[in-house]
Amino acid sequence: MAQIFPKWTNETPGLITFGSLVGLGAVIFALYWWASPWNTDVGYAPKQPVAYSHKLHAGDLKMDCRYCHAYAERGQHAGVPPTQVCMNCHAQVKKDSPKLDLVRKSWADGKGDESIPWVRIHKLPDFAYFDHSAHLGVGFGENRAGIGCETCHGRIDTMEVVAQNQPLSMAWCIDCHNDPAPNLRPIANLTQMGFRPDPMWHDKAQQIAATLNPPGALASAMRTNADGTTQTFATAGCSGCHR
Amino acid sequence: MSNPAEASLPNDPNVRGDVALEDPVEGRESLVRGNLSFHEITEKVLAVNEKPVAQTPNAFKAAIAFAGLGFAGFGGYVGYLFWEGPGIWGNNNPVGWAWDIVNFVFWVGIGHAGTLISAILYLFRQKWRTSINRYAEAMTIFAVLAASSCVALHTGRIWMDFYLFPLPNQMGLWPNFRSPLAWDVFAVNTYLFVSLLFWFTGLVPDFATLRDRAKVRWRQLFYGALAMGWRGSTRHWVHYEKAYQILAAFSAPLVLSVHTIVSFDFAVSQLPGWHTTIFPPYFVAGAIFSGFAMVQTLMLPARAWLGLKDIVTVKHIENMNKIILVTGTLVGYAYAMEYFVAFYSGNEYEGFTFINRSFGPYAWAYWTMVSCNVISPQLFWFKRIRTSVTWSFILAFFVNIGMWFERFVITVTSLHRDALVSSWEYFVPVTEPLFLAGTFGLFFFLFLLFVRFFPVIAMAEVKSVMPQANPHWEGYEHGGDHHANAPAAATAGGSH
Repeated sequence: MAQIFPKWTNETPGLITFGSLVGLGAVIFALYWWASPWNTDVGYAPKQPVAYSHKLHAGDLKMDCRYCHAYAERGQHAGVPPTQVCMNCHAQVKKDSPKLDLVRKSWADGKGDESIPWVRIHKLPDFAYFDHSAHLGVGFGENRAGIGCETCHGRIDTMEVVAQNQPLSMAWCIDCHNDPAPNLRPIANLTQMGFRPDPMWHDKAQQIAATLNPPGALASAMRTNADGTTQTFATAGCSGCHR
Repeated sequence: MSNPAEASLPNDPNVRGDVALEDPVEGRESLVRGNLSFHEITEKVLAVNEKPVAQTPNAFKAAIAFAGLGFAGFGGYVGYLFWEGPGIWGNNNPVGWAWDIVNFVFWVGIGHAGTLISAILYLFRQKWRTSINRYAEAMTIFAVLAASSCVALHTGRIWMDFYLFPLPNQMGLWPNFRSPLAWDVFAVNTYLFVSLLFWFTGLVPDFATLRDRAKVRWRQLFYGALAMGWRGSTRHWVHYEKAYQILAAFSAPLVLSVHTIVSFDFAVSQLPGWHTTIFPPYFVAGAIFSGFAMVQTLMLPARAWLGLKDIVTVKHIENMNKIILVTGTLVGYAYAMEYFVAFYSGNEYEGFTFINRSFGPYAWAYWTMVSCNVISPQLFWFKRIRTSVTWSFILAFFVNIGMWFERFVITVTSLHRDALVSSWEYFVPVTEPLFLAGTFGLFFFLFLLFVRFFPVIAMAEVKSVMPQANPHWEGYEHGGDHHANAPAAATAGGSH
């Protein structure tokens, strides 16, 4: 009887096994990497209605972030400045520049329904709760510290057009919540770009972090202390962010 | 027919008296009747597979179409579920788990009989398993598929099911390995893959038979690919036997572990009625019980319609009925023991749950379960009943019903009266009967395709347990010549 299959088909079971293992690995990696915010979101830099340069204002002119984003330390949202904040200076400076046409138009309207339609860059899903104020100042007294703007938003002072610098993915949040010490800095340096803490700060940060976030805090938001009191931690379990 | 005892037997295969009770070699009842030769076995088993597709009997076409309709309807139902969400089930607090989990446990339990027959009976050298193991294993695989679809669909957000697996992801999320629900994912998947491998390994020699007898090109290619180059050489058989034994050893613990872990889904929780240490052995016994009943339900019509009464004999039916009797009695013991524990613990919540179970609003379900699972199998103490095909079918059907109700009783009655009296509810399913019907559609569609295209009896294994396989057997008419020819054959062998 003639052979049904040519000789090379002897290799197919091995090839299929090997191929499906490699293929499965490739699909998992593809979903892990290409579908993750590291790939899809980082670098998102939409064109803004006004060609506002953070490099000029925050970098060259060294304006403090909080001059415009005034609620960063106090509110859930850092806040996008109203047109009036722009006009505080631009009523005097470059007051005839055609680049500022839209700003002047918005200001002249005066009723607030002609706000500059800034395009939001850093977006979180509805089911993730985030509060700027909780991140910009944690701990009490001399243990007070915060996460600098730069940690999540990158070197804004070098960005002509602001681009998303970090993925804002859940794993990215959790990585820092599990080990916040490297990202803590003194409150005085919150908005400083390119901040390098002095070597002594490292131990201090570890000490502060230990009060905020003991090991395992992610799994359980509450810990019972030796004296029977309970304590809630910065990393408040699932319901800290998914309220 | 040289055997005078057999020649004088009546022709009704359902009557016990038609069997030559003495196996000529071992002095036991012959596992295959009718004094068939190896070739006749092949012809009998493959008759249904080798019919050209165009000549498929109309009844078969109708059955496949009906099951296929159920399967397609299941697809539609899943689409509806996908679109609307699990609200279409009618589950709500306090009954958050209902038919979705009931169907899952029902199906995954059924699978266990296949594994018991194929692995444990194999390891214990129970030769009668060879006539029934193939479709018991097929039943296992399709039942586990039906079970997996229930459990994958009950998550609600079906597109998030990959959360069940430990895959790297941007959320930094990992399954909670302290949860029995995560163990369940691994138990059921392991079960599916090991069963599939075991089933396929056993099929390879029979696929080769189909390939060698194929008359048309697509059959040669189809069965040739499945046979994976099997030539039946001694070396092949040596590897085959080793692989089969290893897979049997892999599968044997799964008979116990899978349903143990399924029972942990309930037992590890703290709900009275679920939080019970007796659950693992009780669930395993119930699984084997329901599985054997399902094997009977599938096998009794199949052996009649496919003309396999000589291969699947009353002896097989009787053996399986004995296992149904044993496991049914174990299940009855477990039911009684649950009540004893509820009483002996002195825990009023436990006590309430069990009194509510048998006399509360779901008493009808409880007593259906008890009559089908505990009382009906006791009829198998009577030899006349356990050797009767009709009785076996009826009682197996009752067991199927009873075992579905067992899971319903465990899941729903424990939930529907929870600790907060104001939230008590009488749960009524909304669209869930369609869910159950759909899984039956899936199951029977796959099973009928299997019957049509794959050999339903493990031919190679059946041949090995026939008296004819014994080198000293002299049952053929020319058997007497065997010794006389032996030296000549040996001499001739050199020139082959």
